[in-house]
Amino acid sequence: MRDVYIIGAGMTKFGRAGDWTLIDVLEYAAAQALKDADLKDDIESVFVANMGAGLLNHLSGVGSAMVDRLCLWPATAETVENGPASGGSAVKVGTMAVGSGAVDTALVIGGEVMRSVTGWEATDFVATLSHPEAEYIYGVTLPSLAGMFARLYMDKYGITPEHLAMVAIKNHQNAMKNPNAHIQQTVSMEGLLHRPEAVVNNPYVAEPLRMFDCCPVSDGAAAVILCTKEIAEKSGKPMVRVAGFGQATDTHAVHERKDPTELTAVRLAAERAFGMAGRKPADVDVAELHDAFTILEIAESEEAGFFDKGTGHIALENGETRPDGRLPINVSGGLKARGHPVGATGVAQVVEIAWQLAGKAGERQLDDPRVGFTCNFGGFGNNVLCFVFEREG
Amino acid sequence: MAQLEEILRPPEKDLPPYPAKCIVLASGEKMVIRQARRDEVPILLPDVAALTKVERDYYDIVAARAYAELLGWLRYRVRDEYCLVGLIDGVLCGLVNGRSLSAKVGVSFHTIAMRRGLRVGAHLFAAKMEYHIEHLNQQEVYIVAESPIGFRRWMIEYGLEKRPQVHHELGGVMSWSLTRDLYFESRDRLVVGERPVPQDLVEKAKTILPVPEDQLIKQVTGRIRQAES
Repeated sequence: MRDVYIIGAGMTKFGRAGDWTLIDVLEYAAAQALKDADLKDDIESVFVANMGAGLLNHLSGVGSAMVDRLCLWPATAETVENGPASGGSAVKVGTMAVGSGAVDTALVIGGEVMRSVTGWEATDFVATLSHPEAEYIYGVTLPSLAGMFARLYMDKYGITPEHLAMVAIKNHQNAMKNPNAHIQQTVSMEGLLHRPEAVVNNPYVAEPLRMFDCCPVSDGAAAVILCTKEIAEKSGKPMVRVAGFGQATDTHAVHERKDPTELTAVRLAAERAFGMAGRKPADVDVAELHDAFTILEIAESEEAGFFDKGTGHIALENGETRPDGRLPINVSGGLKARGHPVGATGVAQVVEIAWQLAGKAGERQLDDPRVGFTCNFGGFGNNVLCFVFEREG
Repeated sequence: MAQLEEILRPPEKDLPPYPAKCIVLASGEKMVIRQARRDEVPILLPDVAALTKVERDYYDIVAARAYAELLGWLRYRVRDEYCLVGLIDGVLCGLVNGRSLSAKVGVSFHTIAMRRGLRVGAHLFAAKMEYHIEHLNQQEVYIVAESPIGFRRWMIEYGLEKRPQVHHELGGVMSWSLTRDLYFESRDRLVVGERPVPQDLVEKAKTILPVPEDQLIKQVTGRIRQAES
């Protein structure tokens, strides 16, 4: 496969689209990425990641619509739907398109407008990714799956509510430096857990998970431009290479897994990504993990190989995952505070890493990171994509 | 003129005071909830007016009606009204109002959160119910919801009872009631706060500092748009 590079990235602020349609938010992110790459007419293919346009926005053929909105005809167009991992899948497909030699440039956009419906409807919409006969019909939602997972994980490894709150506190703090974050509000251990007021401030959503253990429902979009080495070199921009990617699946129904506390698809996807990149977890300088629920950041940090199983919460406690720690995780604020427009998330993770590696992350820029990692967690861990990115030169 | 004003003005009754309390929010910030004085209404009105321009989450309707209610209180046209304000370091972050209909029944008017995502509205609404049931010693409070958020917060979280026979002062929609029993069933999980308020916070909360309009709109909206592309 040919080497593939990122030469442009852009995103909207996550939060509420207001009177903007899905096409509007996708266009905004794409325009930012095209501007960043100084490209337009050269885009040969467009991949749009989206999960809910049909259900939430009464739209189909979003890929084709975007080519038209951006006047990129006759570029090829595809819509990629893979639940909350749609963004990661679209980046993978775009990478394969450029890497295979089929095209030299690809625009990958991910976006969602979810706040066009009520919170209840949005929760139900996301729950449609669960097993229809074994889970959904019994009222399973993603918070309920995460709640059960958290209970098992906490019992097995001695994780406390304070550890979960530490993830929220860190990621909310990180988001204060991200102007694109949905939630820019710091939170405190006292207010979340230790005061009597916590019963109102931070009520249970799916015990043991509380409100601040869950990501918000967000609108927004993110985009990257992928290209060949020749085009990247010619652009004179920082050389950020897609060094490796990996994907793995697991049983659809969570109860069918041998051990529900094992996120096997995360482990396999990460191993494949590191294998392709010729890297190991210890090489990573910055990671964006899929913290739709606080427990997932801890569990994924272990399954990806950054920490031994059952010790992610200790690393968190020791500050290793803070921006000034050994492995900064979710410097963007993560899904927890940057937000989680489901189709956009996998692309937004890549945007954050591309910006970090290119030195374009503004106030939250880390000190010269060279290797970045993303984990986009689909379903409840039944379809996961991981990427390793490297800065060359 | 004085005689006419006497006719137009409802009889005055001093409602028992609402004792101020302090709530630590999820952010760690300390919000003081205290009763606003009638002479402080002019400080509140500009912020409430600013929110009449915000269509999202029915802020416009709620703010427009709350504006009229507060103005009516200021100008002696609403009987037995009160207003509680939430203040963080003196800065206004929300308000609730209502009135006493009779010795036994209270009427909830509106709840406005000027900071989002910290459950300011939930705390203020709870304080309002606390005032009616525990301090005005009323048997029930009539409530309606004008927004889905309000419906979720009040009707569902408190498990309110329907009162289809009651014509609530805010209009013809279904009226609901928080009875004393319902209130005390929910009290432990919904009504919080510390009394007495520490002296330094009492001092800060003596003055109400309004929020500049631009900041207020940003606080309650948070739109995606950053700049035109």
